[in-house]
Amino acid sequence: MRSLLKILSLIGLLATIIPSFLVFAGVITLDNNKLIMIFGTILWFATAPFWMNKKV
Amino acid sequence: MAQSAITKQLDSVEEFERQPVPVGKLKSWKSFLGMYAGEHTAGTEFVIGPLFVAHGASANDIVWGLLLGNLLAVLSWAFLTGPIAVKERVTLYYLLEKISGKKLTTVYNLVNALMFCFLAGSMIAVSATAVGIPFGLTMPTLNDWLPNSVGWIVAVVAVGAVTTVVAMFGYNLVSKFANVASPWMILVFLASAVAVLPELGVHSLSEFWARANDTIWTGTPLEGQSQFTFWHIMFFAWFANMAMHIGMADLSILRYAKKWYYGFNSGAGMFVGHYMAWMASGILYALFLKETSFSTEFAPGPVAYRAAGIAGALTVIIAGWTTANPTIYRAGLALQAIRPKWKTWKVTLVVGLITTLASVFPALVMKLLDFVALYGLILMPMGAVIMMDEYIIPRLKLSQKYAETFNKSFNLAAAVAWGVTLLFSIWLNIVFGVEVFFLGLPGWFVAAALYVVTSYFIQKNKTKGGTE
Repeated sequence: MRSLLKILSLIGLLATIIPSFLVFAGVITLDNNKLIMIFGTILWFATAPFWMNKKV
Repeated sequence: MAQSAITKQLDSVEEFERQPVPVGKLKSWKSFLGMYAGEHTAGTEFVIGPLFVAHGASANDIVWGLLLGNLLAVLSWAFLTGPIAVKERVTLYYLLEKISGKKLTTVYNLVNALMFCFLAGSMIAVSATAVGIPFGLTMPTLNDWLPNSVGWIVAVVAVGAVTTVVAMFGYNLVSKFANVASPWMILVFLASAVAVLPELGVHSLSEFWARANDTIWTGTPLEGQSQFTFWHIMFFAWFANMAMHIGMADLSILRYAKKWYYGFNSGAGMFVGHYMAWMASGILYALFLKETSFSTEFAPGPVAYRAAGIAGALTVIIAGWTTANPTIYRAGLALQAIRPKWKTWKVTLVVGLITTLASVFPALVMKLLDFVALYGLILMPMGAVIMMDEYIIPRLKLSQKYAETFNKSFNLAAAVAWGVTLLFSIWLNIVFGVEVFFLGLPGWFVAAALYVVTSYFIQKNKTKGGTE
């Protein structure tokens, strides 16, 4: 469960950063970037608190 | 029932205000990494980066000035604050009380708490510019000192209330929140800047430096703003947190460190928050200026929203919140040192109210660079006093921790070091026109020399225990 949460968190972070480079490269629009960033944000905050700061 | 449970939990918040942190409560380096990265990737970064642009810093000034200034800041934390923090393991306020005495420490704590309130207030104000977006809030301009609408006041009070409640629950909760928000926040800063580069004419890496010079950091200040140079940027980066490293305020944080070199973890805050984030926010502001034909409106929320949408606006809110939290916590510690029996959460509540009141005034944001430099300068002399007391005073065969050793409530040497240094700084500023950003360095040497010399004359006829 913990590993799954970590993977989802990582996807959240990647969805936050990668699309901006795609905008820079002219692959996607800035509006699409903003939408994907919201998705990444929600995914990060929905998963990260459940494994960060927790002792194994 | 629920109320009583919350009060019980708040009362149980134990922060070791007047005793060394026990070994079992020491924190790992990861805790400091998150704390520093979160704290220095903050709402104020959305102000400082743009103000560099407004003050006409050039691309070279930014790249090299920030590099050197931030490096000096990290070294200050690592070699000045860290070793004393792990040796003493007490808060700045308690250590100062042992050296300077109860009376002088009370004055220092009041000034310190007030400064922290103003700083946290600026962070809350920055967050409010994002909270106000959906409500069509009229944003402040570079020339605004007073609140420009009721909506602004409501937005600021709402952000201040939430920040205060979180801070009331103590360091652990603050640290956990900063840890969770920090990685995401850092990436949003980076992402928002990268995404708007094409709109500034940067379509490939090779075009960046040319556009950085002619479009982003042009070297020309906005109307009414003073001209910044490499030295302004370098000294600002070094002394932006002067109160915390050279001024020793972070003894209160680094006393939880297992090793002295955890002070190097401040590098996470400096090179992510005070390098990347300041550059990123400068890029966003350059786009704003280009699109608005150099409008004087100055509101980080809408600027971030323009670049990164809801995620950008959320970053401004959370970045301000993450920084305001530990700042309010520090202010609470400062006040609690005056009356140790006061409950931490009650003190924090009072501090939060003062902070929220201060944040109503946009002047805190518009004059942030000057305020940050001033607050470091005012608190710095006591850091010099602590350094001298730790390393030089014993070498002169004088007694450390004067107030504790001689059972005194007032150490004249520390008062002279503090007061005369500030007068000296004012003199440099008025007579020679030395700007506030450059006063910290000469001031430190003056404070250190004054403390050592005055201590020598005060202590030479004294014996331990308080007799002449």
